This record gives sequence, structure tokens and C-alpha cells, in this order.
Amino acid sequence: MLPTKTGRTTAELPAFRRAQQRAYACAESVAARLRPGTTEREAARMQLEWLREHGGVNRSRPPLAWFGDRTVLPAPAGLGRTAGLSRTAGLAGCAPPRRLLPTDRKLAASMPFVLDMAPVLAGRTTVVGYSGCLGPDPVHERLMTDLRAHRELLLRRVRERRTLRELHEEVERLSAVQGYGTPPHTRPLGALLHPVAASPYERESGPAHRLPPRWSGRYGCRAPDRPPRPGLWVAEPHLWFRGTGAKFAELLVVTDSRDPEQSAFWLDDDLPHVRRWQEEAQAV
Amino acid sequence: MNTSPTGRPDGPEPGRPDGRGPDQRAGHGPERRAGHEQGRRNTPEPGRRTGGGAEGTTQPDGTAQPGNGLPADTRVRQVATGGIELCVAELGDPRHPTVVLLHGYPDNKEVWAQVADLLKDRFHVVLYDVRGCGHSTAPKPLRGGFTLEKLTDDFLAVADAVSPDEPVHLVGHDWGSVQGWEFATVARTEGRIASFTSVSGPSLDHFGHWIARRLSRPTPRRVAQLLGQGAKSWYVYALHTPVLPELAWRGPLGKRWPRILERTEKVPATGRPTTLARDAAHGAWLYRDNIRARLRRPRTDCYAHVPVQLITPTEDAFLSTYLYDDLEQWAPRLTRRTLRAKHWVPRTRPEQLASWIAGFVDGHQPGLPAVEPAATGPYADRFADRLVLVTGAGSGIGRATAFSFAEAGARVIAVDRDGDGAHRTAQLARLAGAPEAWAETVDVADEQAMEKLAEKVAAEYGTVDVLVNNAGVGMAGPFLDTTTQDWKHTLDVNLWGVIHGCRLFGRQMAERGQGGHIVNTAAASAYQPSRTLPAYSTSKAAVLMLTECLRAELADQDIGVTAVCPGFVNTGLTRTARFAGADERARQRLRSRAARLYGIRNYPPEKVAEAVLRAVVRNQAVVTVTPEARAARLLSRLAPRVLRGMARIQPPV
Repeated sequence: MLPTKTGRTTAELPAFRRAQQRAYACAESVAARLRPGTTEREAARMQLEWLREHGGVNRSRPPLAWFGDRTVLPAPAGLGRTAGLSRTAGLAGCAPPRRLLPTDRKLAASMPFVLDMAPVLAGRTTVVGYSGCLGPDPVHERLMTDLRAHRELLLRRVRERRTLRELHEEVERLSAVQGYGTPPHTRPLGALLHPVAASPYERESGPAHRLPPRWSGRYGCRAPDRPPRPGLWVAEPHLWFRGTGAKFAELLVVTDSRDPEQSAFWLDDDLPHVRRWQEEAQAV
Repeated sequence: MNTSPTGRPDGPEPGRPDGRGPDQRAGHGPERRAGHEQGRRNTPEPGRRTGGGAEGTTQPDGTAQPGNGLPADTRVRQVATGGIELCVAELGDPRHPTVVLLHGYPDNKEVWAQVADLLKDRFHVVLYDVRGCGHSTAPKPLRGGFTLEKLTDDFLAVADAVSPDEPVHLVGHDWGSVQGWEFATVARTEGRIASFTSVSGPSLDHFGHWIARRLSRPTPRRVAQLLGQGAKSWYVYALHTPVLPELAWRGPLGKRWPRILERTEKVPATGRPTTLARDAAHGAWLYRDNIRARLRRPRTDCYAHVPVQLITPTEDAFLSTYLYDDLEQWAPRLTRRTLRAKHWVPRTRPEQLASWIAGFVDGHQPGLPAVEPAATGPYADRFADRLVLVTGAGSGIGRATAFSFAEAGARVIAVDRDGDGAHRTAQLARLAGAPEAWAETVDVADEQAMEKLAEKVAAEYGTVDVLVNNAGVGMAGPFLDTTTQDWKHTLDVNLWGVIHGCRLFGRQMAERGQGGHIVNTAAASAYQPSRTLPAYSTSKAAVLMLTECLRAELADQDIGVTAVCPGFVNTGLTRTARFAGADERARQRLRSRAARLYGIRNYPPEKVAEAVLRAVVRNQAVVTVTPEARAARLLSRLAPRVLRGMARIQPPV
């Protein structure tokens, strides 16, 4: 059960599931239309147009698209890398920092891309992190395969009621073992697990929450030392290796149930990256 | 099993053609000279002559001899072209792709002996003496007989004789490369050349345009380049003097030439040219017939119609590296390769040259699509196909370094105590661009295991070109609480691991005699005292001094040695570190607090890996990476008392 103070009820979950399905359909439709020469701006616009046609709203932030080595969430340079400094410098805000906004970079053959959006669709907030590659790239495939372990680890640890800080450390350790770079959630404005911000555009969303907006970075580099509270959470594991990044974003439901199976679960298992792993497992 | 792309034969040095064993190339002084004497006695060529006045082109029975250093099974024949008899030597199976090796000045085809021997198992290797050199006859009169047009006729005659149906792969060194550029850019050779590898020899036409461009718009930088190359070309002016160069070569210079080369160019004195005076005296006409004409009026259509591999030795005393700055304009399909060596690369770096030639020839077979190298890293010209061994490659800086080398196209051996980590590194290194990558599970502190590793590497993968002694453990806690066990463990891994690596692989590098590089990972605490890291700092300080000493010792062998002092880098070191004088709970707490501080600093190991590659390319002695490590290094020299004061502060961990 989702406690009432979260402002959302278990009965709402199918609506959230439909919203997530449609948002992923948007990402898949845009990804299928990407061609060599498409720019990040064009890809972001394509997402925006699809969402508009299907009644979606993008008030919290516009859809994003990253190509090539920008799929490795670009880190701030120099001392900005030091988490504490950039936070005190007031970088934490509501708007996405400029370095994450789409640019005129063009897509080329065997270049990885990430489409990232957080729209309100059919009255429900949802998230999408869709990674793909224009043509086969062994590094990208490897990253997508290895993301599976992260999805499983996250769910297991959330069910064990580990604190957010422990979750961060575990994910960092796993990606270090897998041989990948320090995950972007260790950098300012990066995030691994954060609550779904309530939007005034969301119908039936109940009382307004005092949850931090997506870009605050509060759940990023310095995670609080407490377990995730019951409610809807966004999980965004992100792996990168030498200029190629891959991620997914999914809604995770955390409840106050004592039954481990019911205490936390993924909202939907029928998503592109999950289907990909199932196909891989069948192929083996 | 032989896994190297050069087709290097299995095992250590099976019967080198010149009879040199590894032990004869290692030492100095009398021992080394004795080796050379023995080498000469074993030379298969019976009618060997040294230096001066070897005018004879054929033996009394009328058959030409392969030449000093070339194996006895070399097939030699004469090819007639325009009244000249060219001496052509062939090795290997004629059904394999044909590789034509072209010598420079003052040399004959013997300069390629070692490279030809390394290539002959996989290719049909053809060498010939340029007209007037070696056992080829000279034109009469000499003046006007050495123009590039006539040399092109010679090449086409040889190519038609040795490979009438298939185009040949051309490799040239020095004047061989100058000729090669002519062949690769004139229309009448089109379809006869499949690829061209240029070593130390620019196209005279490109050179002419290079000079013209700098004269027409002389910026300070361009003037400096002109003057620099002008000074390096002193011998060209000298060779334009009439008669005197010939007299010098046939007299004192010819006699002393091998010693001069050995001293200034580090060319081994064995396998010295047998017809030097003749090669050098006739070869002077190469300069007199071509240089002035081409530099004054360079051709404007000198575009290469074949893929070109440009191999540039960075320490060349005769040619500047910036001669090739605008080369992409003339050779659209250009692959650049760089190595730290002097001018006579075929003699001083035969293995490296052979592997690059083999790789390029394999990638450009006629009738097949060209295979572009997968590696695109910033130093791919330098590390492509080189063998790199990294210890402690299962995580952190070692792993990032292995990936950076892989990205530059190196073959990587990932060594770690943690076998899974090493395997993972090797797998991902292949994805990053390494043509081959292997994992070895070895504890660097274990002397016997390291010796076994060194034997295995030498037998299966070849001699290591770059060794990165990176494996290390963390050890914190006050000196009075540190047990002797803790000390032993720290020194065994951090110091003895480095000693074993340098000892075993450094010896292999020195014995091969073809240069190399060793990188030892020290730490900022090697020069920054602290009350919390006595054992760790001591071990790293020892590594730093060992590196400096070794650098001095190995400089003569062209082996660079570098110490890298990273500073606080976000790696697994804190998670595995030992803490003296703390119980298990306190240890856990200290460990996670240290890890968190390193995490907040969040300096990525990838940047250290970049610094390692840069240090190898520049042959730096000590490299500090993070800003705090740099600042501490500066303080340790300017104001050591400040560091001593800071050492007394109890850190927050």
C-alpha cells in the first residue's frame, strides 16, 4: 500500500504504468526516426512534438537528447567536479544546467545516443531514459547488458531498506567492479534515485508536496542517510565507458508493506531495456 | 603459439641471421665487442668485406651474394633495366603478398636484413640495391644517371620481375622513402603499388612546397622551422661539393663510419654494410641529380594515389618532425606512426618496424576493402600495436591506464592479484580498441610468480614495450602502532612488486636493445611527509628514488623510466587499505570515512591514465597529477618546512 500522505494511491498505479508506456513509445518512435546528421536539438524537438500531439506537458523541464560522448553525463570541469564546492556555489537550481541542454551536435554512424524526458502524460508524471546506438557498437551493447545487474541490485537493496547513501555506494562499487567509470550520480546534479516531483499539471495529484525539484542535486552526490520513503521514485542508473554512456530511467514504487515482495517493486516490467535482456537470455 | 601480428617466430631468438644472441646485445664494453666479433664470424656470407673499396658486384663464379646479414636461403638475381644490372634479393614464399624494401643513403639492401628476416615468414620480401649501390651496377656517366625518373624505371622493372600480376607493397627508408614518394605520386606506377610505408624520407616535391610556403609567408614560427631544418640539412650542402665527398668516403670517413654511427646514432656495429664506400660515393649523385631541380620547381600534381603509412622517428638528427605537418593535403589516406628513435630505424627498431609494416600490408590487400585501425585514441600514432603490461590492472588507476593504452591501439596484458578484475579489464580493453588483450593472475609481491610471468610473457606475447608497475596497497596508522607484519606486507607489494617488475621486464627490454619505457606509480606522499601514512609514504618514496636511479642507468639503452605521483584519486585503494592500531569496527569506520573523502574529491583515475601516456610520449621523469600533488611537490622544493608543519596535523579521518 502507498500511504495516503504520499498523495498517491495504489489504485493510481495502472494510470502511471500507462503514462510510462506511452512515454517509452514516444522515445522508441523518435529513436526509430534518428538518422545520421540529426542534431540533438532536432531529436529533442521530435520528442517535444510527439508529446504535444499526444497531450503531454513538459513544465518541469524540456526533453533532452545527448549524442556521442555527451551520453556520458558531462562532468563540470576543474574544481566544479568537487561536489561540495559546486553546491555551495549555488549551482543547485530548478533549471537544467546549460551543459545538459541539447546542442547542434550531429548523430553519425555507430554513435550512441540517450533520450531523456520527464513529461506529464495522461495526467501522470513519468520519466524516460532511453539509450540507443545508430548501428552496432560492442561497447554500447556491453553497457546495456551490464545495466541489468544494477536494476536487480537497486530493487534488492531498496527492499532491504538500505539508506540512500548505502545504495549510492553499492552502485558505485558495482560499476567499479564492472570496470566502468565513476557513475554520474557522484557528480553535482547527477542522481541515482529521486522521488517523482509532483506537478501542478498532474490531475488528482493530491496535496502539493514539498519535494525538491529534479535538478536540485539533493539526491545526487550527497545522498541522505535514510532509506527511501514510501512513494514513487525514479531510478536512473547510468554507466559509461570511454566516451560511450548508457542509462535507463524507471519508476520504482516503494510502499510501507512488511512483505519484501510488496515493499518495493518496479512499476512496469514491459519496457524496452527489460525486453532486451529477456531476448538476450532467450538467445543464450 | 605465436599470436603477434608480425609473425614473430616462437621462442626466444631462434637463430638470428646475423648470429647475434640476446646475451650479446646486452652488455657494454669488452663483453659487447666480443659478441660482435662472434657475430661476424657466424655471418653466413663468406665473401664479407668491410668498408672501403668493395667494387665487385659478383663473385668469381658469376652469382651474386645476398649480402651481410641476409639469410643464406635468400634468392638473388640480376634484373636488367636501361643498361643497368640491379641486384634483387628475395625471401619467403612468392605466393604471399610482395613487400619491396628500399634502402637509403649511404646504405645498400643489407640495412633491411633484420626487418626482412622478421617479415619473410608471412610475406614475399623483395630487396634490391639501388643503381650504383651494393651489387647493382652504376650508370655511365654518373651525372644525370640518378634522376627520380630513372629510379622509377628501375622500380617498375623490379616490380614486374618479382610480382608481374599483383601490385606490391612498398617500404622505403631515407632515400628509399624519397624514391617511394615519387613512385607513389607519379601516374605511371598506378596499379603497381598497393601501399606505401615511408620511414624518414619526405617527398622532394612536398618538401619544395613546404619551403615555398614558409618563404612566401614567413611567420616567426615558420622561419624557426625553416632555420631548424636548414641546419639539420648540413650534409646535403656538403654532398653537393664536387669530388671531395667521394674522396672522404673512399678514405677516412668510410673506415670510421660504422663507429660514428654506433656512437652518434646508436646503430649496432654488427651487420655493417659491405660496400659502404661504393654506396656512399655513387649515392652522392642522388642528391646532385635531384635536390636542386625538385626543390626549385616542385611538381604540383604530387598527390599519393596509394594509402600511405608515415613512420616518423622523433629524434631524427636529419629530418624534423614538422616536415610532415601538411601531409594530409598530399596523401589523403594517411596513417601516422611515431616512435622515439634516431634516424636508422631499420637497424635500431626492426621489430617495431616489422610489426607496423605487417599490420599496414594486412590492412591494404588489393581487391579487399581497406581495414582501418580500430584505435582512435590521442596517442594511436605512438602506441599502435605495442605491447603494454600493467600491474594492478584489476581496478582503479591500473585499469584506467590499461584502457587508455587499449584506446591507443596497444596490445595489453592486464596483471592483477584479483583474476576476475584482470579478466574484466582485458575484456573491456578489447572493446576499447586493443587488437589483443590478455589477463594474468599474479601477485606482484611473489618473486617466483613474477619470474614465471616474465617467462610466459616473453615466450607467448613478446618483449614488453611499456611496463606500468602500478600495483600497490594502502597502509595507514601511526608508526608506533604499525606491526612488522604490516611493514612487510606494504613493502612487499609497493616496493618489491616494482623491483621485480623492473628487474625482470627491464632486463628483457635491455636485452632486446630496441628501447622501451617503464612507468612506476609512486604517490604524492613520496615527498609529502605525514604522521598517518609512515609505511605507505616510505614505500612510495623508495619507489620514487628507485625510478630516478633506474632512469639514469637505462638511459643508454633508450629505455625511459617515469615515476607518477597521482595524489588523492577516487579508486578502490581506500577500500582495501590497512589501518594500524584500530580494531575491526574502527577500521571499517575509518575505511568508509576515507572512501567518502576520496569520493568528495572525486578525482577520476582516467586523468591519471592520460598523464601516464603523456609521460611516456614525452619521456618525463616525475609526473604529478592532481593540483594538490603539484602544490606539495612545489612546496617540498621551495619551503619544505611548511610540509613538515602540515605533516604534524592530525587529519580528520
